[in-house]
Amino acid sequence: MSDITKLTVCETLKALQNKEISSVELTKAYIENMEKGRHYNAYITECADKALKQAEIADKNYQSGNNRLLEGIPLGIKDLFCTKDIRTTAASHILDNFIPPYESTVTQNLLNDGAVFLGKLNLDEFAMGGSNETSYFGPVVNPWSKDTDLVPGGSSGGSAAAVAANMCAAATGTDTGGSIREPAAFCGCTGIKPTYGRCSRYGIIAFASSLDQAGPIAKDVKDCALLLQSMAGFDEKDSTSCDIAVPDFPNLLNGDVKGLVVGVPKEYRPQGLNDEVASYWDKAAEYLKARGAIIKEISLPHTKYALATYYVLAPAEASSNLARYDGIRYGFRAEGKNLDDLYINTRTSGFGKEVQRRIMIGTYVLSAGYYDAYYLKAQKMRRLIHNDFMEAFKQCDIILTPTSPITAFPIGDESMLENPINMYLNDVFTVSVNLAGLPALSLPIGLSENGLPLGMQLIGKPFDEVTVFNVAAKIEEDAKFERK
Amino acid sequence: MAIDNETVKRVAFLSRLKVDDDKIESTKEEFNKILQWIEELNEIDTDEVEPLISVNNVNLRVRNDEITAGNCRDDILKNAPSAEYDYFAVPKVVE
Amino acid sequence: MADYVIETAKGKWEVVVGLEIHCQIISKSKIFSGASTEFGDEPNTNVSLVDAGMPGMLPTLNKECVHQAVKTGLGLNAKINKYSEFSRKNYFYADMPTDYQITQFRYPIVGEGNICVDLSDGSTKNIGIERMHIEQDAGKSIHDLSPTKSFIDLNRAGVGLMEIVTKPDFRSPEEAGAFLRKLRSILRYLGTCDGNMDEGSMRCDVNVSVRPYGSNEFRTRCEMKNVNSVKFVMQAIENEAKRHIEVYENGGKIEQETRQFDPSTGLTKVMRKKEFAHDYRYFPEPDLPPLILTDEYISAVKDEMIELPDAKKQRFISELGLTSYDATVLCENKETADFFEKAAQSHDAKKVANWMMSDFFAMLNKKHLDITQSPVSAENLGALVELITKEIISGKIAKDVFEIMSETGENPEKIVEEKGLKQVTDTSAIEAIIEKVIADNPDNVAAYKNGKTNLAGWFVGQTLKLSQGKANPQIVNKLVKEKLDN
Repeated sequence: MSDITKLTVCETLKALQNKEISSVELTKAYIENMEKGRHYNAYITECADKALKQAEIADKNYQSGNNRLLEGIPLGIKDLFCTKDIRTTAASHILDNFIPPYESTVTQNLLNDGAVFLGKLNLDEFAMGGSNETSYFGPVVNPWSKDTDLVPGGSSGGSAAAVAANMCAAATGTDTGGSIREPAAFCGCTGIKPTYGRCSRYGIIAFASSLDQAGPIAKDVKDCALLLQSMAGFDEKDSTSCDIAVPDFPNLLNGDVKGLVVGVPKEYRPQGLNDEVASYWDKAAEYLKARGAIIKEISLPHTKYALATYYVLAPAEASSNLARYDGIRYGFRAEGKNLDDLYINTRTSGFGKEVQRRIMIGTYVLSAGYYDAYYLKAQKMRRLIHNDFMEAFKQCDIILTPTSPITAFPIGDESMLENPINMYLNDVFTVSVNLAGLPALSLPIGLSENGLPLGMQLIGKPFDEVTVFNVAAKIEEDAKFERK
Repeated sequence: MAIDNETVKRVAFLSRLKVDDDKIESTKEEFNKILQWIEELNEIDTDEVEPLISVNNVNLRVRNDEITAGNCRDDILKNAPSAEYDYFAVPKVVE
Repeated sequence: MADYVIETAKGKWEVVVGLEIHCQIISKSKIFSGASTEFGDEPNTNVSLVDAGMPGMLPTLNKECVHQAVKTGLGLNAKINKYSEFSRKNYFYADMPTDYQITQFRYPIVGEGNICVDLSDGSTKNIGIERMHIEQDAGKSIHDLSPTKSFIDLNRAGVGLMEIVTKPDFRSPEEAGAFLRKLRSILRYLGTCDGNMDEGSMRCDVNVSVRPYGSNEFRTRCEMKNVNSVKFVMQAIENEAKRHIEVYENGGKIEQETRQFDPSTGLTKVMRKKEFAHDYRYFPEPDLPPLILTDEYISAVKDEMIELPDAKKQRFISELGLTSYDATVLCENKETADFFEKAAQSHDAKKVANWMMSDFFAMLNKKHLDITQSPVSAENLGALVELITKEIISGKIAKDVFEIMSETGENPEKIVEEKGLKQVTDTSAIEAIIEKVIADNPDNVAAYKNGKTNLAGWFVGQTLKLSQGKANPQIVNKLVKEKLDN
């Protein structure tokens, strides 16, 4: 076999089942790619030895016919998922020595299905960022970079880069405002943020609890479907997890899109939308129309306010979620002459700039006298944004939009750094989905003129990932995007 | 609602973060830029709108009153920067 | 009840007091985790990953804590809210592992209610309950193991608490004390909190202000945190009120502040001024959806409710004929009330009550025993009263029998039988004794016949003495008169 790391997970599973390759052989091939690709800085922690041991067990299971759903598939894990006895950092100095004595539910589900963990993937610190530049462990380089090093998107930048550069067969990500979909789009990968409540948040380091969801980043739609099937499921340890059966996603991809109504929101086509983005969007709609789907213009009137709403709610929750990193029970500590000094010294040296900015904004919008004006206002706006989608879904079955208004930009880009809002604006097409708790997938649609991947986003009804996967599979078939 | 230097200091203290004196001015300006941008939300009248707290519309589940966890002191203490006599240790707290 | 008025040379003042009481919920496991609530174990053993605030850990609500809260709410005659919400109260503290407390803020589980308190002059007063919510307790800091460090034990972190907030309805230290005793009694009846203030399972914050007597204004109040006995709460109110009055009368201003009560001096001193106070930044807890209770659930809890002290007291008065005072005392705790009911079963309830209020409680006090440890069982106390009622023994002998019962735990019939203490009601036997007394004391007989009729009492006494107290005094009385007058 030529390069086994270029296979999709589904193809790899077939090869493993047919004993054409072994998991150890496969794992070694990925480890080799990880070593060769270290300049991408995609991994924070590599676990080659542990992975090879898991691969040996996987091979035994294939020998004995006890192979499970993902037996022997080498995965990368975003370093926001707590992994038992493997350092988990959230890409922050404040946790750079933290070794959890427990496993997150999502990663446990993957382990139970026989997956092999290659290591922990880089991200924006505490998942706060859209370019992976806020990581304490340095930025990740987008594998599509040519002359200049480009960002992979964020926050799951390491996950998308590792998948794109074949440094893992697939990866886990988390998405609070676009953190799976944007990097997937920037790196030419496919990623899905499922419905809020579909995946357990237990053991995932929290950023904004009411918005955070785990999901896979993979090489194609079917791999995402397979990975999500393993990751998802009700968990009584998470009170926001929904007790709804997980469909057999990968085997439900063959549905017809004939007669399906695809909504195209007019508010997502503002003046000045990049021409390439606009024309790929039209093209994706054309593909579906050609297959008998009905394209319908819809309206999501409060779209304009989604970003501001998000940048109140997410920092507010984050300011509280990140209070526990205080230097007492785990993680980094900077000494102080009294308790408050210890807290202040620890947190000021332990957190990076963007995290500190968001903690302070979040603290401010919750503080006495400002709660109603900012936080409560944003919660009300969240209701309106949610209602927009519920209204829209009375007229359509699924919504099609671009994932991001731009392609990957250079690391250290001046305009992004001079004003944090410029960076926040990149989330314009993704944040509404988190506010409404809906499932949304990004898949590559083609390359821009300068040779960089562009992504399309499909937004589904709550818990209707099946339709999302199904429609995405059709676009994928027609777009014929060429992976790296 | 523009914020002033005092507010920056107060918010920093509430967050248990330090903003160096020479950074207070720039931090204030940056915050004001972000807050001004957020204030576009005031274009919409939300007086009659119920705040949305939980998207997934589930009632809070309750668990049975059983002892299912604990007795894992080593796990609890092993990541602690400072632990003595099976306690977490911190600088003396004066009440 | 007469008004509690503080009079100074310059004027008359009254106090306005509200209480906030934290009550540890009785449950096996913690409110948001499966760790044990056991008190006094090795440090950091009853701690789960959730209690330690480990990254990615999530709270899950204990069913029993909700149940206990609803029961308590019903016991406070309060409205049970079908919709309630958990919120985060954000503040940094070493024994609060997540640096926020999960509590209830805008929508508590229990709304307005009231408790009727009994005052020393026999009057009662209704105290309004503002609300009750449930929340998690913090861990404990230990300050005395090292001169430079404090140590944190998280065993208590996450134990469920009910916080009861009263209206500012108290106008005297006595009312506050009576309220706390009544609340403790209700909680113990319900089995929702053990109410031990000295162990910290019930902790009281006291809000005090004063105003000119008769006015309706509310002046600046000060809060005393964690005052840990009924006596101290009363002392704190008294002394804090005096301090306020002194400040006002000297033209000063009271600052809103948190103060600490020092049990050794009975005085309060400032802990922190409100201007440096926390800004708790409450917001709905995103890890826990709203808690919805159904009508069916609430009515099922209602069906489980037992008779509470007020209802019991009313029944003791109207059905058993007790005085209001006796009924109040006997109902203060459930064990005493149960003991009484058992002892009074098919015996003279009023007599049983009298015995309990006097000799029985005195005996327990002397022996430093709890009613559940009493050497005299309820059945035996009832039997003793029965012996008196049936005039088998006299009240005086009964006291001796009770003495023996409290030493040996034996039943009174057996003691009376073995010691031959049965009352003599046989007139011929008594007549024989009287005749002997008359024969032995001719002088007194003569004096009596000459008009010193009050000597009859002396003859009765002599007769009783000779009978070793066993002769029935009424019969002796009657017969002595007959004999002397003949």
